[in-house]
Amino acid sequence: MPLLEIKNAKLKLDDKDILKGLSLSVNSGEVHAIMGPNGSGKSTLSYMLAGRDGYELESGEVFLEGQSLSDMEADKRARSGLFLAFQYPVELPGVGGMSFLREAVNSRRKFLGEEELDHLAFVKEARKVASKMFVKDEMLKRAVNVGFSGGEKKRFEILQMAMLMPKVSILDETDSGLDVDALKIVSDGVNEQRNEENAIVVITHYQRLLDYIVPDFVHILSDGNIIKSGGPELALEVEKNGYVGLINAA
Amino acid sequence: MVATQETIDKVKEVSSTYKYGFVTDLEAEKAPLGLSEDIVKFISHKKKEPKWLLEWRLKAYKKWLSMEAPNWAMVDFPKINFQDIYYYSAPKTKPKLNSLDEVDPELLRTYEKLGIPIKEQEVLAGVAVDYVFDSVSVATTFREKLAEEGIIFCPISEAVQSHPDLVKKYIGSVIPISDNYYAALNSAVFTDGSFVYIPKGVKCPMELSTYFRINEQNSGQFERTLIIAEDNTYVSYLEGCTAPQRDENQLHAAVVELVAMNNAEIKYSTVQNWYPGDKDGRGGIYNFVTKRGNCLGKKSKISWTQVETGSAITWKYPSCVLKGDDSVGEFYSVAVANNAQQADTGTKMIHIGKNTKSTIISKGISAGKAQNTYRGQVQIQKNAKGSRNFTQCDSLLIGDKCGAHTVPYINQFTPHARVEHEATTSKISEDQLFYCLQRGLDTEQATSLIVNGFCKEVMKELPMEFAVEAQKLIGISLEGSVG
Repeated sequence: MPLLEIKNAKLKLDDKDILKGLSLSVNSGEVHAIMGPNGSGKSTLSYMLAGRDGYELESGEVFLEGQSLSDMEADKRARSGLFLAFQYPVELPGVGGMSFLREAVNSRRKFLGEEELDHLAFVKEARKVASKMFVKDEMLKRAVNVGFSGGEKKRFEILQMAMLMPKVSILDETDSGLDVDALKIVSDGVNEQRNEENAIVVITHYQRLLDYIVPDFVHILSDGNIIKSGGPELALEVEKNGYVGLINAA
Repeated sequence: MVATQETIDKVKEVSSTYKYGFVTDLEAEKAPLGLSEDIVKFISHKKKEPKWLLEWRLKAYKKWLSMEAPNWAMVDFPKINFQDIYYYSAPKTKPKLNSLDEVDPELLRTYEKLGIPIKEQEVLAGVAVDYVFDSVSVATTFREKLAEEGIIFCPISEAVQSHPDLVKKYIGSVIPISDNYYAALNSAVFTDGSFVYIPKGVKCPMELSTYFRINEQNSGQFERTLIIAEDNTYVSYLEGCTAPQRDENQLHAAVVELVAMNNAEIKYSTVQNWYPGDKDGRGGIYNFVTKRGNCLGKKSKISWTQVETGSAITWKYPSCVLKGDDSVGEFYSVAVANNAQQADTGTKMIHIGKNTKSTIISKGISAGKAQNTYRGQVQIQKNAKGSRNFTQCDSLLIGDKCGAHTVPYINQFTPHARVEHEATTSKISEDQLFYCLQRGLDTEQATSLIVNGFCKEVMKELPMEFAVEAQKLIGISLEGSVG
């Protein structure tokens, strides 16, 4: 059974067709890259999967570990193990990073029937994971994403991913706004979490992220549908010929 | 409950026998409906008050008759019929319950969400358990310890008997009977409240909480509190509690007076959660309070911190009069208004002495159809050279049917002072909510987290154990307002 399965997904925004019957199957242990030009439906796809209000499917279905997501709200999807690393992480003024993380982790643990972590145990665990991500303690004391640099925001996203241990992670344009050094740190953090039990879907415009997070499969998204799938070499082809060549050939 | 003819007769009897001194003790449960000179006399007599206090009350009553109810606040309610209120009822014991099983389950759910321990829940709900007696003994030990330091902490009615000179000297010295309509009314008919006296050089070793004050349950709708801090003292006073409080009286008009001498510091924290009424505002409490502190001494400091989540209407401006040079006034406020609640609250900082400083941090949260107004005055008088004020007013709107209003008044009579005012209005954005949901928080957790983040600067001013409960309370007050 695939960890994530999208079956013939159709979605409209403001009466405009955005996803036009998209299907995708992601098994555990796999990393998939979805590449596409601007306006191809990449962000819509990630919001649809995460269950954002207003991004409900018109038809088709999505399954997480065989369970349909149709009637599942965003928070329940998250607790069930679906994680979205945001392209633009949102600022929460006055909300401390550590307490935010703890609420998030304990919501997931509660859902999994695990014991919630007390403050001390949690801080210890968070610091351990944070140091691997080159996230300083000081950053966890600050309000979530407030005054963070682009690189800090993305590192904090991946730190949350590491703490929540999701089944399926969707990384939405995680490379945007990152310089080469930050890109490497964030990618290392993601690679660290690759294992046989989970799956990662990387959504990106540029090939360069895929030099660091090497996918098993690459899909080209254009006009609301996957028009071509292949291995890592497909990303290089995009880099060389642009999307136009691929789209025209399809 | 209807007053008996017998009670009415007794009241008449009291007023006619007054000049001969009180001899008879009345057993009446309640004074007759309405307000008159006789009723004021009746209350004073019931409390066995000295003559000067009765005269003071009567003066206040006469003054009140000549005054008009204020109508400048941005609140809307039907005219109050002051003749349709009972002004005195004998302390009542709540009906005792045998276990929590007999308590309204809705109330229990709220207690649980607030994280109130079972034992405390039993006390709050009025269950007859040993713990109640424990709490009385705790309170007694508490008072003994304070007495060792020379601190007086007792119901004001008791202080009138035991320390009449102190009460006489300071009552009405901060808020005169003619100050405003509701203060005049309170002065005429106040029933009880707290009295605190900190003698010179004493730092009060514990937070003084009304929770530990014997007789707290029955201090009634016209509460009167007086706190005096002599030279070189410190005291922190906590008022109210997070558990929802219902009351059969709709109008509450309390008066709180604080006096700080040289180098004295008074920290006054309030969590107010009176019944706000139903979704349409029916049945909620009107909370019309006058609170003011006089920083009389040099380098004195008065700090007001309030978290207001309850009441149908809140009309309240805890203020500081900074007379002593180098004195400091602070006001930290969170006002939450949901559904049909109306809040018009803020502060006054009156700078009189040199180099006086004041800080105002106000956080207003509006949800539902609620209207939330910050109204604040900063006045720098002519001689207050070198004085500074910083004001920050932030409003958070939840939904699109509520309102937030900021009405600052700044009067500066000397160029040698600095006044700053900052104000912001924001909304909980869909992006913020979705971000939290995507991390597995439900809508209520997310709202509570975002709102508490918004209030953080104020919450950190509350004593620790109060702050934790107050945080949860804010979350609960806004339940169902998002999504």
